[in-house]
Amino acid sequence: MTSETAAELDLYQDVVMDHKRAPRHFGTLAAPTHQARGQNPQCGDDLQVALVVDNGRVSDIRFNGQGCAICIASASMMTEAVLGQEVALAQALQARFRAVLTGQMVSEEAPLGKLVSLAGVRHYPGRIKCALLGWHALMHALAAEAKSDNSALEVTP
Amino acid sequence: MGDAFLIDPLEPDAVRAQFPVLAQRIYGAELAYLDNAATTQMAMPVQEAMRAFEQHDRANIHRGVHALSQRATDAFEHARSSLKRFVGAGADHELVFTSGTTDALNMVAHGLSTSGMHPAWLQAGDEIVVSGLEHHANLVPWQQVARRTGAVLRVLQPDAQGRLHAADLRPLLNARTRVLALTACANATGERPPYEDLLQLAADAGALTVLDAAQAMAHAAPALSSLACDFMAFSGHKMYGPMGTGALVGRRVALEGLEPLRYGGDMVAWVSATEASFAELPARLEGGTPNVAGAIGMAAAAGFIDGVGRDRIDAHLNALREHAVAGLAAMPGVTVLSAHSRVSAIVSFVADRVHPHDIGTLLDQRGIAVRTGHHCAQPLLEHLGVGPTTRASFALYNTHAEVERLLAGVAHALKVLQ
Repeated sequence: MTSETAAELDLYQDVVMDHKRAPRHFGTLAAPTHQARGQNPQCGDDLQVALVVDNGRVSDIRFNGQGCAICIASASMMTEAVLGQEVALAQALQARFRAVLTGQMVSEEAPLGKLVSLAGVRHYPGRIKCALLGWHALMHALAAEAKSDNSALEVTP
Repeated sequence: MGDAFLIDPLEPDAVRAQFPVLAQRIYGAELAYLDNAATTQMAMPVQEAMRAFEQHDRANIHRGVHALSQRATDAFEHARSSLKRFVGAGADHELVFTSGTTDALNMVAHGLSTSGMHPAWLQAGDEIVVSGLEHHANLVPWQQVARRTGAVLRVLQPDAQGRLHAADLRPLLNARTRVLALTACANATGERPPYEDLLQLAADAGALTVLDAAQAMAHAAPALSSLACDFMAFSGHKMYGPMGTGALVGRRVALEGLEPLRYGGDMVAWVSATEASFAELPARLEGGTPNVAGAIGMAAAAGFIDGVGRDRIDAHLNALREHAVAGLAAMPGVTVLSAHSRVSAIVSFVADRVHPHDIGTLLDQRGIAVRTGHHCAQPLLEHLGVGPTTRASFALYNTHAEVERLLAGVAHALKVLQ
């Protein structure tokens, strides 16, 4: 029982654990233009995503809160992937990522960049909502016009 | 049905042979099923008793003059008396079949807060006391009842170690206290409160007392007659019986005071086009066709437990928990909830910088089934300041070798995840 299990190989890859241990863009923003909170009441995961959108681009982003390794790593990689990008591109990436996790697309057909390291989550249906929580909050934030939208939402894959 | 099986819990092979579901591999590893507080597996004698009913005696009860209906009615009523004996009910007690503990607790909360022939037991300004250890099923119904009736909900909070104290209950009791709702074992922590004393105090203050015995019935089941308890709820599926079954057992006079939650067939005495009067207990609270096979299965499960011996099961489970607590508490960064508890089959823990879901997934990869999250007890975990936990819970078929696998699995998960 000392060999690595499938989950260790396809769920907790080094890059994922690196983002879990040292999440990028972790913190808050002084003057966000958009923000939202995502919660998963079953497991207690709770993330807040704040961003500055400038001329249709994500010019700054932070997230904070608590969650499992998958949840934190996914949100951390999300901030790297969307920072400096156009909002429409961030939304398209979210759609691809979600489609891969829910089995509607295969990762070979859906360019995900570094996020491909989370594609293995699709084999663990109980964990898909963990990987999508930060993205759900991001989409909610972008959809909200007022920057004070702090309403909690629950994530369903 | 359900007589001596004479199984020694120290003979794991003989015990496990009664639970064929255990003999399987998960991701190549032997299944170690340690999620028994969520649901236990169903014993073969239970499955056989249910199958025998379905194959030979199935008919609707209490209404036919034919042979099968009479046999089904007899089997159902025999199940009722077996379970009354099992829980230590006396002559002034009655048992009503429900779909589970949640259903039973909702029947009580509804029945005490709804007026029917008489004004409701709970009125605006009355007080309800619940403990801070409760499962949501023994909290949310009382929250809703308080909101609907204008009654006040008071919470008997545990101390920082998760223990309840009689001295903390006394100041909460007064002439307006009408209900105490309490668990016999906290499902999220394994805490076993001094419910005998707490129920007595509340009863002395004039309150009706409600005991959630879901986590106790498979082993440390309280003897109802010895308790100041008006209503006790429990589930079949947490005591090696079928899912979707349960019971509300209590003082006949208290049960008679409940306004029924379900009106319909079987619970009425006579019905005109505009009015109805209700049947006597227990039918009064059992509207509609009940889960007859389920009731028979539950009684068979009680017989199975008695056949093994509750004291022996209890000793085995306490030893498994003690083993797990000692091993987990020795791991750096791990905190065991209610580590002091000595009469429990539940061990719940948190680990620094590691989320329970990640531990649960890695344990699953080694065939070890545990529960992770809030365990339907969010306010308690918030009060204790711990958030979600990993919970292993034991049944009579679990072994010390499985505890060792759990400990090795947790140690490995912490190494991967920290």
